[in-house]
Amino acid sequence: MDLENQRRVKEFAEQYGPENVVVLLGAAEGEASGLAAETVTAGDPTYAGPLTGVSLGLTVFHVCEPEVKAEFDEAVYDEQVGMMEMVLDIDDICNEMQSIRSEYCKYLG
Amino acid sequence: MKAVIKGAGYSLVHTPDMVIHNGTTQTTERIVNPESEYLKELPKHIRTFEQAVAYYPNQAYIGNISPDELAAIPMPWNEQECPLTNRYGKFGQIMPQEEFLLLMQACDVFDLVELDAEFVAAHKDALAANEIIDESIMARVKDGVPADKVKELVENEHAEGLYHNGKLVGAVKRAHDIDTNLSAHVMHENIVSKASNVVGILGAIKNAGIAKEDVEYVIDCSEEACGDMNQRGGGNFAKSVAEIAGLVNASGADIRGFCAAPAHTMIEAASLVAAGAYKTVVVTAGGCTAKLGMNGKDHVKKDLPILEDMLGAFAVVLSEDDGVNPYVNLDILGRHTVGTSSGPQDVTTALVFKPLEKNGMKVTDIDKYAGELHNSDILKPAGGGDPALQFFKVVAATAVKRGELEKADIATFPAKYGMVGWAPTQGHIPSGVPCIGFAREDILAGKIKNTMVIGKGSLFLGRMTNLFDGVSFVIQANDGQGDNKGVSEEEVKGLIAKALKEFAAGLLAE
Repeated sequence: MDLENQRRVKEFAEQYGPENVVVLLGAAEGEASGLAAETVTAGDPTYAGPLTGVSLGLTVFHVCEPEVKAEFDEAVYDEQVGMMEMVLDIDDICNEMQSIRSEYCKYLG
Repeated sequence: MKAVIKGAGYSLVHTPDMVIHNGTTQTTERIVNPESEYLKELPKHIRTFEQAVAYYPNQAYIGNISPDELAAIPMPWNEQECPLTNRYGKFGQIMPQEEFLLLMQACDVFDLVELDAEFVAAHKDALAANEIIDESIMARVKDGVPADKVKELVENEHAEGLYHNGKLVGAVKRAHDIDTNLSAHVMHENIVSKASNVVGILGAIKNAGIAKEDVEYVIDCSEEACGDMNQRGGGNFAKSVAEIAGLVNASGADIRGFCAAPAHTMIEAASLVAAGAYKTVVVTAGGCTAKLGMNGKDHVKKDLPILEDMLGAFAVVLSEDDGVNPYVNLDILGRHTVGTSSGPQDVTTALVFKPLEKNGMKVTDIDKYAGELHNSDILKPAGGGDPALQFFKVVAATAVKRGELEKADIATFPAKYGMVGWAPTQGHIPSGVPCIGFAREDILAGKIKNTMVIGKGSLFLGRMTNLFDGVSFVIQANDGQGDNKGVSEEEVKGLIAKALKEFAAGLLAE
């Protein structure tokens, strides 16, 4: 994850409390989604950014996961995400996100 | 006037020691975590020159294997035994580091690059034997200085070391005591860009079969900035490259636009030729040291070789219509405007579908699309996926949304209308332009009639705007009929009627 984005995520978690922050990803494939999700939960796996060694445990989803999709107005979702939904490997992304969440998220009920 | 593609050149420079000493992933790691396992492991993963040459995507870059042939090679490509071992190809060459360090010194006109005399003596003949290097460049190669002097410059004078096989063999001195824009680091980066650019441009001129004297204008579209503290990006790489390349009749300037810059520059160069401002314009770019080993941590973690050990360079020669070569159709231009969002659908519509729609064309009226031609063998192990495949799928999915394709076509569209990526991750290099050499040949051979080249760029990196960017253009077959832009009888009648109406309106107003 971009170092600047890591800094912003860290600041938001401090400002609003980590239990009140949800990170929504739009990465184009499973592994990249997993890396970003790992960064905002367990810490930066590349040991380069502000989240190195910082385990925020934030709640994190990909915009194409069914739980998130259900929250949207159908027409808006189709207009904004529908095209990419046809392109992405949604199953791969969902599996990757699930495994990171179950291991590192601290604020899921 | 049509602006035709007279020829193109694509070259690589193998710079394994610069991966270690100048790539930002490595320089950052040395600051943040100097004792890291990664830095200890890294040297074990460096490729030899022979390994870098015998690598399918690099052979595609210099033209020894076509994109179609590359697509048939199973991935990962770095695990395949590659029988192609020629460092020269029809589009250019893969230059080894030792020749390149000498060329860097030859390209430096401010006595900033000092090489160890023994190193120069050992490799001077190799540079002289390089098929694009002539006597004018060899005359610039100095004899070098004692090894102690080089060591002194690096240890006590803030110079940037130049290494070969792990040994200090030269240095780039700072060009000013306090101006950070002229620091040894910046000068190193800029001289590398300039020297690799020279390799690309000389190859392109050779391939185009033109005389150096024919070039009237050169536009550099790389990603570096040269200038001092009073004008950080003042320029002008283009003219400095033209000087070394011996393009005595050329002037030039630089265009910047991140990864989209080459596509912007192609359009502007074609426009200059089409307008008759200059007869021959060269679009050119050198490579970037900062990006060397950018995904090195992932490559080392997965026990792969460091695949980002190549500097990329390219140049395209555009000339006035010769009735034969394919030309840039300036009627079919796509552009991402300020008012366009950065969503993939809007971006694709702006760059691909709007220009087609304006010209009454459908997505399938273009035979080949080229964009995001990154070598996915480098990016997949780092979680970067396959940007070329992804891009062509996005084009197809947008076409489905517009009712131009069926959903089932998304799976077949990339192979039929797109291509695999083979360009090194050098920022501006992969963005569409690597296809121009192959596209020109395929159009001349009648295999395809046209190609759309799409360049996209992420402007947020400069922290000046969050806007996305991109432009596109179409290269198509030359019918040999010149401009075909006579005025029809209908148009003449229309013009007369309009003039008469305006005249009458003027009389009434009085």
